Amino acid sequence: MGWFTRRKEGITTRTKDKKETPEGLWYKCKRCKVIVSNEDHRKNLWVCKNCGHHERINAPEYFQLLFDEEQYTELNAKMTSGDPLKFEDTKKYTDRYQASVAKTGLNDAVSTAYGQLHGREVVIGAMNFNFIGGSMGSVVGEKISRAIDHALRNELPFIMISKSGGARMMEAAFSLMQMAKTSAKLARLGEAGLPYVSVLTDPTTGGVTASFAMLGDINIAEPNALIGFAGPRVVRETIGKDLPDGFQRSEFLLEHGFLDFIVERNCLKQRIDQFLGMTYPLEWDTEQTAS
Amino acid sequence: MDYLDFEKPIEEIEAQLKKSRDLEQETEVDMSKSIRELEKRLVSTKKDIYKNLSAWQRVQLSRHPQRPYSLAYLEAITAGDFLELHGDRHVKDDKAMIGGWGKLGDFPVMFVGQQKGVNTKMRQYRNFGMANPEGYRKALRLMKMAEKFQRPVVTLIDTPGAFPGLEAEERGQGEAIARNIYEMSKLRVPIICLIIGEGASGGALGIGVGDRVLMLENTWYSVISPESCSSILWRSWDYKAQAAEALKLTAEDMLKNKLIDDIIPEPLGGAHRNREEMFEVVQKRLLKEITALRKTPVEKLLDKRLEKFEQMGVTKG
Ligand SMILES: [Zn+2]
Repeated sequence: MGWFTRRKEGITTRTKDKKETPEGLWYKCKRCKVIVSNEDHRKNLWVCKNCGHHERINAPEYFQLLFDEEQYTELNAKMTSGDPLKFEDTKKYTDRYQASVAKTGLNDAVSTAYGQLHGREVVIGAMNFNFIGGSMGSVVGEKISRAIDHALRNELPFIMISKSGGARMMEAAFSLMQMAKTSAKLARLGEAGLPYVSVLTDPTTGGVTASFAMLGDINIAEPNALIGFAGPRVVRETIGKDLPDGFQRSEFLLEHGFLDFIVERNCLKQRIDQFLGMTYPLEWDTEQTAS
Repeated sequence: MDYLDFEKPIEEIEAQLKKSRDLEQETEVDMSKSIRELEKRLVSTKKDIYKNLSAWQRVQLSRHPQRPYSLAYLEAITAGDFLELHGDRHVKDDKAMIGGWGKLGDFPVMFVGQQKGVNTKMRQYRNFGMANPEGYRKALRLMKMAEKFQRPVVTLIDTPGAFPGLEAEERGQGEAIARNIYEMSKLRVPIICLIIGEGASGGALGIGVGDRVLMLENTWYSVISPESCSSILWRSWDYKAQAAEALKLTAEDMLKNKLIDDIIPEPLGGAHRNREEMFEVVQKRLLKEITALRKTPVEKLLDKRLEKFEQMGVTKG
């Protein structure tokens, strides 16, 4: 496999200050309100040192966190939505879309890339919650599908970091069918014997939970992430009662059997690597003797 | 028969017709001329109304209380040769999801579908056609049985959504739907999915991945109901008609966008206006599809199934 030749073209190195800090030098924890410098917060991977609150971060931060030396090659970075339905509610979808592009500097709610994780080539997809609530439209489905294709072609493990409010309503049934597209592709990945790690982060709901996020060989989650199919508001309205504490949080899902384990952000890379070490490559015996 | 608001002109003519016929019987006065005229007017009025249905009117028709539900189809199209099976083997038997073996012509087929109730008591019993995770797992169990015995699967979709309850979340509604989509994408027998009423979101797609996805003429299929879409995007329940329009959820729009494979026409006025005719059309069409799909080698079938869903979506760059 031409790792080295391929890595030379189009390598991206992310600078340390990718996470924008327009509010100044200080970060105030949303949960415990303790204030730390942005620099310290970043160094602690955007996790509160005082209470352990995992702040929401997006694809660029996860790529920095997981890829060796923060080096990776993004796939289909420029893909954008075609607005197939010319959707308009109180605003035009294209206007909402452009506003989101301008605000986030991203082109849609998922970024996909390949690179090395502890010296092992992997493909990673990570969602951008700041882009229309991390909602899944055609671009999200297509980029994930193509990232899995890349993994299939090169016999690589696939890792998906989910963070999404669910379907992108403005793409209606096109959005719905991305659930089928991504799941069908994952089925092929599974049949090829390649590992798939699903990482669920706060929040992961709706159509994303009901497709690729729940289909990992292992499903793992950051602490206290909201994970569910129906959103808590809808569930509350359905049952007409307040929801129990911790409902639809990572610890709740672990207890009910839908997660393999919960992982703190600073252990994420190591735990994924540990799992891949057990499951990949498929023919480890021959690999061992060959090297 | 219940009439929808836009069907009022039909209701009036039908009432007049009935009156004239009753009068003719009672008085033995020849009313045939005015009856014939009313009948003509009825036909043209129906044509006018049903030819130009809005998206929202289609949604209303799809929810018509007299519309046939899954079990009515199954009984009719298998001529009673239907063996209902129950239970997911883990938690319980979900009454909102039904399934079992049935003969379609000469072919044994595994049927799966959401089931709505026909009256207030039964609607509760069927949970309004909103399945829990155990419903999806029951459906999967039956589809895997079909795979074991190499028989085709037919799914009948009619749901306002997967049930958003507390226990549903505890037992993994998201996982159950995801697992079905995943397994259906690689099930090694032909799958035909038919939307007979409402096709709401993941709850529909959870039994909706197949080699042929067909919609009856007056049904809808989308990622959200027009009411919920209105409440989220317009922040009010009053824009459901606009939302229905914007979502492009009718069979016609879905076909145009290549998100389904074909439309099955309904009797004039909807499936409930002539159930027997509807059943016959559906039976014939399913038989035709099964006969064709059975000729395709399974690897090719699976490749084409994947390809179809792969092509759904519109992106640039
Ligand atoms: Zn804190």
